[in-house]
Amino acid sequence: MAQAGHAAAFRRETPARAFSRERVTGAGFRAGVIAVTLLALWGLWELYRFIWVETGWTWPFPVNGTTMPHVHTIFKAFDQQSRFDGPLLISVLLRAALFTGKEALVGFLMGASIGFVIAVGLVHSRLAQRAFLPYIVASQTIPMLAVAPMVVVWLQAGWLSVSVIAAYLTFFPVAINTLRGLQSADPRAHELLGTYAASRWKVLWHLRVPASLPYLFSALKVSATASVVGAIIGELPSSIEGGLGGAILNFNQYYSLVPQNLWATNLIAAALGIIFFLGVVILEKLVVRRAPVQTA
Amino acid sequence: MSVVAIHGLTKTFPKGNVTALQNIELEIETGEFVSLIGPSGCGKSTLLRVIGDLIQPSTGTVDVNGKTAHQGRLDHDYGIVFQDSVLFDWRTVAKNISLPLEMLDWDRSKRKERVEEMLRLVELQGFGDHHPWQLSGGMQMRVAIARALAFEPPLLLMDEPFGALDEMTRERLNIELLEIWRRMASTVVFVTHSISEAVFLSTRVVVMSPRPGRIAGVVDVDLPQPRTVDTREDPHFFELVTAVRELLRGVGADEHGSVRAEESA
Repeated sequence: MAQAGHAAAFRRETPARAFSRERVTGAGFRAGVIAVTLLALWGLWELYRFIWVETGWTWPFPVNGTTMPHVHTIFKAFDQQSRFDGPLLISVLLRAALFTGKEALVGFLMGASIGFVIAVGLVHSRLAQRAFLPYIVASQTIPMLAVAPMVVVWLQAGWLSVSVIAAYLTFFPVAINTLRGLQSADPRAHELLGTYAASRWKVLWHLRVPASLPYLFSALKVSATASVVGAIIGELPSSIEGGLGGAILNFNQYYSLVPQNLWATNLIAAALGIIFFLGVVILEKLVVRRAPVQTA
Repeated sequence: MSVVAIHGLTKTFPKGNVTALQNIELEIETGEFVSLIGPSGCGKSTLLRVIGDLIQPSTGTVDVNGKTAHQGRLDHDYGIVFQDSVLFDWRTVAKNISLPLEMLDWDRSKRKERVEEMLRLVELQGFGDHHPWQLSGGMQMRVAIARALAFEPPLLLMDEPFGALDEMTRERLNIELLEIWRRMASTVVFVTHSISEAVFLSTRVVVMSPRPGRIAGVVDVDLPQPRTVDTREDPHFFELVTAVRELLRGVGADEHGSVRAEESA
């Protein structure tokens, strides 16, 4: 008892250590949560299938091997040849994911950099904000399917044009959120730097940018997944076949014969998006130093 | 030479046509510790910010170290401490103290050396690698003081620095601040709304009256240096506290206040 009390007091006194300890126990706990969630989703899918097949319900759609293949059928598809005499589906999809991943990563980096530069430009000029912000917003109201063919026409079909399409989706949340973040610093902190007669660049580098990081990272999380979607969509008008977009188009055509191939492709695409997302989360943990949110 | 020389200073804010400061005359000599005290709305924080060139006066002149306040700010003639410590979350304690040195483009080894010195001065050795959120309010304020003094400015401006702290922490930091003031041999302008704090710390207490903000009177504090915990029990300390309190009471009654303001003008 006395020891437990001592430990509690110790934890209160050194928040940094208490924190890392919670993180360690938290990692195992979180892995468990993920596993249980996946199992539950699997169960729900199969339960739904079972009920609809047994009762013959047709609303909202009739359930059969084509509309909803078994989860195990989808996973088994990874281990089968995607076409006669071809390589295994999993190796086809992994190669496609790598290809699309490269396009998405380059697009993400381009878009994030452009978005950041736009935000830095706009934060220093109210006039520029008023002049350009409406068009930046308008750029996102144009459907991707209308922009993509034009990019292909300008840059010619290739992975770089796909990256540009991905960047087009990425830059917007970064620009808007970073702009907000650059303006988020405490006015007294600005006053403090004013007493040092700090230059605009010093204020930007030492105050605005660090203050903007939490905003930047929440935008990057949105953009990370958006860049994957952008890359997949961008592959369609470019007629690029080596990526996930090409695989989706291809397996879409054979859906009535082997629906599990399209489902398997979707799983890989989702996994790619999650990897991008996690990459940003890890980067954020390394970069952003903030007061921990009080939980107790 | 006066460190701060204010003549005929008036400040009106165009919004609502408020006269924040009217006809202020004040000279502060090197090594003085001057407190500005008064009810809220008397313009004491505004006056501090005018000295710091953070607010521009409407009329009158404000000189710092024989230059304009603006030039004084550009020359880094003062350090400032606000009511909140305004520490940067993303910087460690050491990095927070080193912030003004980075602004002044000091090189790395010189910065490191000075930060160590300042940590010793405010008795926070060993806390350099901590982040602000890991410190108590009193410790955060000591970091803010260390930051303000890191580049050895001839003038220290303090805007109710201990206002958010509990009484005991506040009294301990008062003694520490006097110790620092003696060692750094700097001049301090200190805004407060605590009478005993003003008397305990200062060589001179400037009492201000509100609407419009004016100087209602000045009390010279001739308590012996160095001041200690015993100073607060000295009968003369109570006399001076009473003198300041009387002046402040006069500030409440309009006639009385304006008479004193004209005297000082």
